Amino acid sequence: MSGERNIYIYMLIMASVTYLIRVIPLTLIRREIRNTFIRSFLYYVPYVTLAVMTFPAITQATGSPLSGSMAFIAAILLAWFGAGLFPVSVISCLVVFIIELFM
Amino acid sequence: MWTDRQAFRNGNIDGIPIALGYFAVAFALGIAAKNAGFTALQAAVVSLTNLASAGQYAGFTQVAAKAGYVEMAFTILVTNARYMLMSSALSQKFDEKTPFFHRFIVGYSVTDEIFGICSGVPGKLNPMYAYGAMLLTVPGWTLGTYFGVIMGNALPVRVVSALSVALYGMFIAIIIPPARKSKVIMGLVSFSMVLSALFTYAPVLREIPSGMRVIILTVVIAAVASLLFPVKDDPYGGLKDDTGHKDGAVTDKAEDIA
Repeated sequence: MSGERNIYIYMLIMASVTYLIRVIPLTLIRREIRNTFIRSFLYYVPYVTLAVMTFPAITQATGSPLSGSMAFIAAILLAWFGAGLFPVSVISCLVVFIIELFM
Repeated sequence: MWTDRQAFRNGNIDGIPIALGYFAVAFALGIAAKNAGFTALQAAVVSLTNLASAGQYAGFTQVAAKAGYVEMAFTILVTNARYMLMSSALSQKFDEKTPFFHRFIVGYSVTDEIFGICSGVPGKLNPMYAYGAMLLTVPGWTLGTYFGVIMGNALPVRVVSALSVALYGMFIAIIIPPARKSKVIMGLVSFSMVLSALFTYAPVLREIPSGMRVIILTVVIAAVASLLFPVKDDPYGGLKDDTGHKDGAVTDKAEDIA
């Protein structure tokens, strides 16, 4: 893990891995994945990875831990009561903005 | 059955709200890309070639951390693994008569949202519908990232601070509604967050680089959950179980989840 990394190699890796993940099942496999473990794993992965990436990172992302934490709570409440992706995202930003105005 | 023209137009219309949301979220993603050292053009190319929010965000984090190339590939594999399931579901939605090359193009556009609308189409999927949806969503995502890198610089610190939670807000909006419906997902999400906090702050554990932390926690927690709570029903819809037989105990547990 040392030495200079080339940003274009990173970009190539990101693009090709993402594309292969999507296209291989559509072209080579062409049938549903039946294995219960693999299906369950692929089903659970997004929830786990998004949860891990979101917390506690959201509390460290803003100008102060307080505004980030309040945005976290606001987003959970809004999503819980049925707000869509876009409103949840925008209102969490507003929460941070408003709280930081008073700090 | 729609004509090609109708299918394209319907896809285009259904893509409008998605494109708007993409633009806003990609703008925030652009700020993350800029912090990782990407130029506006490079970041836009990443968005154009990836079309994946969580995957790109994780990728940018890895670039910022100067991670190894293998680690990068593995991060992308894990954060985008769900597309594999969506693509295999979508492969059932293609008509046998649809020329094969369409799979290579439609496959590119498999995101949570575009997969969502494509699998909602009645009957078989006309690829023209997916192309119509891509017409606005792909530029929305790409341009949003481009402007995020450029304008992220010009915006006041307060605004950048506020925008830095946009992606997290979207991630929360993705995971909370299913968590509300399923106790398993609720437990899984809470447990993941607790462990993530532990690995971020606890002595020794916090030495693990953040990209590696995401990979380890995701693979381990999802694998354990799959063993404890196997899912049998098709979680995303579109797949059909035509075998008609069950093999007993293992498959029965899954009823609790859906």
